[in-house]
Amino acid sequence: MPGGMAIVGAGQCGARAALTLREHGYDGSVTLIGDELHLPYERPPLSKDVMVSEAEPVPRFVADRQVFADRSIQYLTGTRAIAIDPAARSIRLTDDRTLPYDKLLLATGAAPRRLPLPAADGSRCAYLRTYDDALRIRGAIGAGAHVAILGGGFIGLELAASVRKRGARVTVIETLPRILTRGVPEEIARIIDARHRSEGVDLACGKAVAALRDAAGGVEVVLTDGSVIIADLLLISIGAVPVAGLAEEAGLAIENGIAVDAHLRTSDPDIYAAGDCCSFPLAIYGGRRVRLECWRNAQDQGTLAARNMLGAGESASSVPWLWTDQYELRLQIAGLPDEGKRLVRRDLQDGAFILFHLADDGRLVAASGLGTGNAVAKDVRVAEMLIARRAKPDPAALARPETKLKSLLAA
Amino acid sequence: MSSNWIEACAADAIEQEDVIRFDHGGRTFAIYRSAEDDYFATDGLCTHEQVHLADGLVMDDIIECPMHNGRFNYRTGEAKGAPVCVNLQTYPVKVEAGKVLVQLD
Repeated sequence: MPGGMAIVGAGQCGARAALTLREHGYDGSVTLIGDELHLPYERPPLSKDVMVSEAEPVPRFVADRQVFADRSIQYLTGTRAIAIDPAARSIRLTDDRTLPYDKLLLATGAAPRRLPLPAADGSRCAYLRTYDDALRIRGAIGAGAHVAILGGGFIGLELAASVRKRGARVTVIETLPRILTRGVPEEIARIIDARHRSEGVDLACGKAVAALRDAAGGVEVVLTDGSVIIADLLLISIGAVPVAGLAEEAGLAIENGIAVDAHLRTSDPDIYAAGDCCSFPLAIYGGRRVRLECWRNAQDQGTLAARNMLGAGESASSVPWLWTDQYELRLQIAGLPDEGKRLVRRDLQDGAFILFHLADDGRLVAASGLGTGNAVAKDVRVAEMLIARRAKPDPAALARPETKLKSLLAA
Repeated sequence: MSSNWIEACAADAIEQEDVIRFDHGGRTFAIYRSAEDDYFATDGLCTHEQVHLADGLVMDDIIECPMHNGRFNYRTGEAKGAPVCVNLQTYPVKVEAGKVLVQLD
């Protein structure tokens, strides 16, 4: 009996995969299994628009109900897969059903890293991952509140900007000596740091949480330097961990998430994994294994996994790309900055600039652009193409604003 | 059909194979100049999420949204695949005396 295609996880990645299967003419059964009750939606607005919109927020859906119905995609909400039987090629679901598959895609995403303190599970602490998490936080960050945010990474800082926009007081606690240590050049982190301080955000770097206690009407955060912050809410944004338990119990290879090859295939040839939950080798960086947690990767890998489930045999070749919005500032990063050994700066209009990250051999390996709105978008996009081509552009040309970056593509 | 031609910009205000934003009457448009010096106009916002296409990259006949890489053929308005599925509205364009004129109905 043909089993069709099963997709576990109905975020951007899983939903995109389901739609791609149909776009490529697959006419067997497609089952998309999601543990949330919403239609598949995009997560980037959760820390931003959903927090600050004046109107009642609505999720930004990947596609509406009719689109899934028209394409005969069976979408199961509020359902999880609890076991995979790779030999029988079937999965068992929380509704006790057993679903056979020809090919299975695991797009299980990532979950917030938990703070290992009992009080972190209390009602005055929150993690952000889902739309429902976002609504709950939205309701608690009104003017007059004091919100403490643990973690000076992208999500923590986007939340800080959103909370300020709502008029609440913000204290950000970062364990490391500066914010944005993971993959953001110090030159850019300094500007973002200053921007937060100019909005009145209290940034406490180099301090960790020693203890958490419930306090009257709030939560008491004791830091390692002995200082105490009393906040109405503690937002814990200390990274995410891949959701790989299902794969691990099924005996699939695990390495920083579900290990897949360049075709996004796991150690079982009939099971694929894509998006935040998997690590994969990136050919443009010599096969370096990475795991990416961003919208673009979810979108691209959902598409690629679906194509490969249909036999396309294509390798992941996208250049990593992400953006973060804080206040009017948008940072876009293409490539992997930590592959770079030297920086070349290109100044654009109105204070916007791009840092090009060059490897020892002169190869462009990443570009980090900061500006208002989409001021850096075109140039970062061209940089992305140069990175994909493993180009070694002339550093002087990169630095000179009069040189059109596009002209370097022809070289 | 109206004959209401609106002056959008000088022809040389757009570089070859590039795009600029043009706002008129409370609406926003994107005006394109191809590598062959032909001019085109479309609605200014991506049909996926309200992002200004003029901040995106033009390559050959394609304009690419700067946020989510939605791609459109700017000559025809055709959406070229996920995440965009709704075509862009296009508008007639002519160049006269060094000015780009757009017919907005």
